Amino acid sequence: MTTTEHAPKTSPEVCGVGHSRRRVEDDRFIQGGGNYLDDIELSGMLHMAIVRSPLAHAEILSIDTSQAEAVDGVVAVVTGDLLAQYDLAWMPTLSGDTQAVLATDKVRFQGQEVAAVIATDPYVARDAAELVFVDYEPLPPIVNPQQGLAPDAPIIRTDKEGKTDNIAYTWESGDAQATEAAFARAARVVTLETHYPRSHPSPLETCGVIADVDPITSQATIYMTSQAPHAHRTVFALVAGLPEQNIRIISPDIGGGFGNKVPVYPGYVIATAASLVIGKPVKWIETRTGNLSSTGFARDYHMKGELALDADGRILGLRVDMTSDQGAFYADAQPTKFRAGLFHIVTGSYDYPAAHVSATGVYTNKAPGGVSYRCSFRVTEASYLIERLVQNAAYEIGMDPAEFRMLNFIRPDQFPYRSPTGFVYDSGDYETALRLAMDMVGYEDLRREQEEARREGRLMGIGIASFTEVVGAGPSKDYDILGLKMFDSAELRIHPTGKGILKLGVKTQGQGHETTFAQIVAEELGIPAADIKVVEGDTDNTPYGLGTYGSRSTPTAGAATSVVSRKLREKARKIAAHLLEASEEDLEWEVGKFFVRGSPESSVTIQDCVFAAYTNFPEGMEGGFEDVDYYDPPNMTFPFGSYIVVVDLDPDTGVWKVRRMIAVDDCGVRINPMIVEGQIHGGLTEGFAMSSMQWITYDEDGNCIGSNFMDYLIPTAWETPRFELGETVTPSPHHPIGAKGVGESATVGSPAAYVNAVIDALAHLGVRNIDMPLLPDRVWETIRSHSGAEGEG
Amino acid sequence: MYPRAFDYLVPRTREEALEVLAERGSEVKVLAGGQSLIPMMKLRFASPTTLVDINRLPGLDAIDAVNGHVRIQALVRHNDIIRSDVVRAENHLMTSTAPWVADPLVRNRGTVCGSVAHHDPEGDWASVMLALGAEVVAESRDGGTRVIPIEDFLVDMFTTALEPTELLTEIRVPRYERGGGNYQKLERKVGDYATVGVATHLELDEAGVITKAGIALTSVYVRNLKVTEAEALLVGRAPSAELFGEAAAIAAAACDPTSDIRGSAEYKRNIVRVFTERSLAESASIAQGS
Ligand SMILES: Cc1cc2nc3c(=O)[nH]c(=O)nc-3n(C[C@H](O)[C@H](O)[C@H](O)COP(=O)(O)OP(=O)(O)OC[C@H]3O[C@@H](n4cnc5c(N)ncnc54)[C@H](O)[C@@H]3O)c2cc1C
Repeated sequence: MTTTEHAPKTSPEVCGVGHSRRRVEDDRFIQGGGNYLDDIELSGMLHMAIVRSPLAHAEILSIDTSQAEAVDGVVAVVTGDLLAQYDLAWMPTLSGDTQAVLATDKVRFQGQEVAAVIATDPYVARDAAELVFVDYEPLPPIVNPQQGLAPDAPIIRTDKEGKTDNIAYTWESGDAQATEAAFARAARVVTLETHYPRSHPSPLETCGVIADVDPITSQATIYMTSQAPHAHRTVFALVAGLPEQNIRIISPDIGGGFGNKVPVYPGYVIATAASLVIGKPVKWIETRTGNLSSTGFARDYHMKGELALDADGRILGLRVDMTSDQGAFYADAQPTKFRAGLFHIVTGSYDYPAAHVSATGVYTNKAPGGVSYRCSFRVTEASYLIERLVQNAAYEIGMDPAEFRMLNFIRPDQFPYRSPTGFVYDSGDYETALRLAMDMVGYEDLRREQEEARREGRLMGIGIASFTEVVGAGPSKDYDILGLKMFDSAELRIHPTGKGILKLGVKTQGQGHETTFAQIVAEELGIPAADIKVVEGDTDNTPYGLGTYGSRSTPTAGAATSVVSRKLREKARKIAAHLLEASEEDLEWEVGKFFVRGSPESSVTIQDCVFAAYTNFPEGMEGGFEDVDYYDPPNMTFPFGSYIVVVDLDPDTGVWKVRRMIAVDDCGVRINPMIVEGQIHGGLTEGFAMSSMQWITYDEDGNCIGSNFMDYLIPTAWETPRFELGETVTPSPHHPIGAKGVGESATVGSPAAYVNAVIDALAHLGVRNIDMPLLPDRVWETIRSHSGAEGEG
Repeated sequence: MYPRAFDYLVPRTREEALEVLAERGSEVKVLAGGQSLIPMMKLRFASPTTLVDINRLPGLDAIDAVNGHVRIQALVRHNDIIRSDVVRAENHLMTSTAPWVADPLVRNRGTVCGSVAHHDPEGDWASVMLALGAEVVAESRDGGTRVIPIEDFLVDMFTTALEPTELLTEIRVPRYERGGGNYQKLERKVGDYATVGVATHLELDEAGVITKAGIALTSVYVRNLKVTEAEALLVGRAPSAELFGEAAAIAAAACDPTSDIRGSAEYKRNIVRVFTERSLAESASIAQGS
């Protein structure tokens, strides 16, 4: 279902923008022909196993490695003390904090890396790892930020000189005074306190590395599950002190990333150090439990939001106070200016003059991370909070939640729109998207059905989320990781026969770059997408870029692809003029060829021009047909959408089932509609997972619950609802082809829709919040605690 | 997967298998579907020094109705139950349970007998067999064949009456004329163990009076729990909503769930009550229609 018909400009043979081209990478993936990290074998390769802490917080008294070292086949046992001799016991995080590579003084979370065994065989490495004996003196664990902020709390980061509290960062955004004033004027204030629980991106391929440092040449070839190989090369140069020209990071096929493969992990560093010292390749493949319990988690935000409303239901202002649980190290990957990422997009799709956000990051004895599980820098938490808040606001003033949104939406004529926290939204049409979703679901009929159902004692609910995302980091003036500006790049080289290679600074992990980026070239140059090979993930063979996460590849590298293609089109124009013996100004471009204005029969194809670039180029022109572009986006892009979920709820058990899930997305121009829909399906599934079943929690001793797939649940096709997709297209005005990025929209937008639907089923009982995941027992307990207390609804 | 080292034996005859069990005894683990054993070995929770793989043994995969009972042999997979015409025709509770066990992949390998031999209190089949009053057949080289009532077989969590030298060869489920059965399971997703599972089985006489009743619970006690008191209440009475409500209340009182990530004890007790009531109603309606 679409609102706009937009026929592709190119033929199916050329397959430019707008064609649902089949994913070229799938040929190898579905035939088992992928080349993942663990498929790579090097001769003489050693294997590494990591010894992890069983305790959340403890002093390390001693580590006895002697028995492990005595095992046949063990080459070395690495401890923090050993790494310290090379100044490698600690490393920087991508947010400028430090993180222990191997614990020396104390362990700070369960699952923390304490030692590593290097052996000739992966089984031997694991057998020996059981024989590393660590003597711990337990310390009281801190398992939530409230405990961490208590005045007498034990200090977790004793490694930081002079540290007297557990605060990782404080940060604010917006205008506190203007917001106070708005609240002073308010006829009504609506408050929501909610916890967005800790979840984990849990890519099916866990993290891993093969470090291969050549003892003679000092060349370090590092095969690594990396979403950002170039940034990682630079970090390696800084951490390990290796000359950057000697480091080559190769990120092979990646079995899912979702943000989990953005950070540099201790395992990478230990394996590299080991290879450097031993002079042989060292492979480390993380276990599932290692992945879930030690690598980049997501969310874990405790949020309080307040909306000030006037008497007519218009929003006057938003105030948010948020505490983030960072775990033992502040290991988000956040731009320097934005300590809580882009959480200040929390003002959402609504127009009001004042907002203020204050945030405190707290160290706890839990795994570090805070990467974004398919979410651009904490946008998921923000979007969830505002979409839950507006729904509650509607209940409080007795207005329909859809009507409340319509009343407060930013209007199409207000774009570009400056938000009260400083974003400039590029384009949007929120009302149209919500209307479309309402039409698709049959909103008014459902509301009538709901009234009837309530009279009969049946429970059903309708939940809406009209989210606005911010993606495509980002303009160099505001966005960096560890100082590295967040531009991205494309290098395009067309060979004499008219077929070529596109090299990018980003790195696909399932997003289909090999398919879609070739389509952008096809769109711009008229060279069939099938003739373009896309290469990513080898730092020796691709231009610098900051990698793939935060839905940034299309807004940055996609734009660079467009621009570099256009640069080459201009070169082709010169060659065409030479071939046609016409002046450049008299040439017209039509997909794939130049012709002389007024005489379409005198034309040359782009392939003719490319061939001539090698065989017959005009005097004074450089030969060859290649160029590169480093694209610094002028602004972020702001995809949006409206989702509506309908649920039926069994009051006796608390079990709820999704009856319908409507998702209308507007991500600007869709390069490959099929891939866009696939991305949306994935995100809607993840949103369903987080809202219904998925979380990592810790008991009071700091034991991680959720460190395997029996406890950390990933929905299967069986329970995943059927999705009905709709589309509106509001192009980004500043992106060369009007695309906005869509990898994360559905993950960001959908959790609130599911939760709002369940809350909506219970709203008449006065229910306003249940923290995710909405497991049946929580729903049942909530019903029980509200029964008898019929609210207004 | 990185378990500790082990020997792997693949006997080709039942005699050979029993021989190995007799000789190596307690260090040996039988490998059937591997869907419980292998995950435990992978996590190094279990480290048997020898595995005896019984998957190549001939004559161990029958599902048939003989001598008054339905026979489920040791290599019958969960999915074989779903596909079996015999089970569909003979036993409602088993038919209803099989699709609830694990996920389609696990069901392709995991066996009914392995599940009962494993006796995880979160396993579904032990409850089913308790409700049905099944018998377990064990064989050993020196002890011959033993037929053990399921209640005696299931000793404690992860503990059964099976000797280390014995192979569980089949489970026998009594046949019935006018009956019905049903399994209700609350799980967080497909492939999840039960938060609560309730198995019920009812047999009726011509007059519609309950002659035999089976109720057993999964995941709410240290082992799969047969609710004999509720069963006794039902026998000799005609099915009614009120009666089932009473039986459900007894079941809810009999169980002893723990509070955990799947829900509070109170919540689980509530589910036991709701599901027992629903399951009995469903079983009765099947029995009345048969
Ligand atoms: C992801 C997943 C989800 C699951 N979900 C469920 C679920 O929802 N409900 C459920 O009930 N189960 C579930 N299971 C367990 C599954 O049903 C197993 O198949 C079953 O518990 C064991 O059967 P098996 O044939 O795989 O036995 P194995 O794993 O091979 O063996 C289990 C134990 O029984 C012993 N054993 C097996 N067969 C014999 C025999 N013939 N004689 C003597 N000893 C024997 C073995 O030595 C071992 O100790 C799940 C498993 C997985 C991996």
